[in-house]
Amino acid sequence: MKAHRNHANYWAFALHRLSGVALLFFLPAHFYVLGLAVEQAATLDMFLSWTEAPLVKLLETGLVILLAAHMTGGLRVLAIEFLAWRDWQKSVVAITGGLSVAAGLLFLLNAG
Amino acid sequence: MSSETITVEIWRGKEEGEFQTYQVPRMESQTVLDIVTYVQRNLDPGLSYRFACRVGVCGSCAMTVNGKPRWTCRTHIDKVAGDGTLRIQPLRNLPVIRDLAVDMTDFFEKWTQAKAQFVPTATRADDFAQVSPDDPQRKEASAGIECINCGVCYSACDTVAWLGDYLGPAALNRAWTLHNDVRDGGRAERLKAISGSGGCQACHSHQSCFELCPKHLNPTASIAGLKRATVKAALKGEI
Amino acid sequence: MTSARAEILEWLVQRVTAAILAVCVIVHLAVIVIAVQGGVTSKEIVARVGGSVPWLLFYSVFVVSVALHAPVGLRNILREYTSFGRRTTHWIMAAVCVLILVMGFRAVIGLYGLGA
Repeated sequence: MKAHRNHANYWAFALHRLSGVALLFFLPAHFYVLGLAVEQAATLDMFLSWTEAPLVKLLETGLVILLAAHMTGGLRVLAIEFLAWRDWQKSVVAITGGLSVAAGLLFLLNAG
Repeated sequence: MSSETITVEIWRGKEEGEFQTYQVPRMESQTVLDIVTYVQRNLDPGLSYRFACRVGVCGSCAMTVNGKPRWTCRTHIDKVAGDGTLRIQPLRNLPVIRDLAVDMTDFFEKWTQAKAQFVPTATRADDFAQVSPDDPQRKEASAGIECINCGVCYSACDTVAWLGDYLGPAALNRAWTLHNDVRDGGRAERLKAISGSGGCQACHSHQSCFELCPKHLNPTASIAGLKRATVKAALKGEI
Repeated sequence: MTSARAEILEWLVQRVTAAILAVCVIVHLAVIVIAVQGGVTSKEIVARVGGSVPWLLFYSVFVVSVALHAPVGLRNILREYTSFGRRTTHWIMAAVCVLILVMGFRAVIGLYGLGA
């Protein structure tokens, strides 16, 4: 990370952009798989049982974290742009990060 | 203290060039500008750089110090060269004229494009405008008016680096202070000027400007104010 | 429409849909955490959303919001990292919007129909 970028709010931006791109690429695959339910329920169930594998569950946890991170990070951006300025920006970044990881853990614990 | 020296790497050349290394004696309360001046006066008279007031008022001496844009006259070596090395480069996002001097034309051109100048509405026959220091708009303006045009925020901003026509934190901050000046008559035209592809909507709130502004101004907050103002104007059909 | 006006409205659409999506994503995450208990099957999915008008409405709002939200972010990225012009990025935005709408509604309406 270049020196001028190395601060909490820039990291938050980088994560927001990366998670946004990742989710955009995931979305068509997600829709495609769900669409299978209509005519190829057996294929969908085969796919769903594949997602029970531990490694795939871990990847799914990553997706849950990305989704939660993009959502909480987005609320952070909305707060910056639409609410009065608050001086605890770094705490907000920490809270969004914490909530995202918590969402991932919640998913992982329930998947077990 | 004076027997110690510090190793300083300074950029020599234009866009193409190389770092040259100098040994400079350490002094108490030494600033980055002191170092550059020492090199120019004692080691390398050909070194080009820019400064004027030396006390943080004029805004001419900004350079990139160990990767971050800084006002060099008020940046102490102790603060930025903890590990004993110092690398000094010209400001980023502006064309290099030579060594540490950059061409600020684009920076000031964008202030003009943003219509970041006061448009008077009163004549000399009118009485003074009464503006209370407690007025919320006056407070917004006061928060941003101490800008010294040093270019640190412009150089720190990645959106400027990525979008050539982005007006940048300084020009937009200035536009916001004028937007909050009740005496100003240029609001509608200014809001139009600061929208569009290089306008305030392009800001991603990285906050590098806020992080590095030597005057501790907050262009990110100013730009957020402009975003809301432009939305209001657009919804009313004024833009 | 002037380019300034277009820019402001695109920005606004992204922010408004962001607020809607925040609510949708919170519901979505809750559903994911509940549904994942004991594994997910196609039967379970159909039992929940099939023939359900509230879920049909929820997922319709979700898909439409994403279809409007994502292209603006993609446009910013393309504009900042490539030399694509305004016209090119607008076509890409439109294509991504249509792709999300078509694929999204194919899944949403398909699953709704299975419960009827």
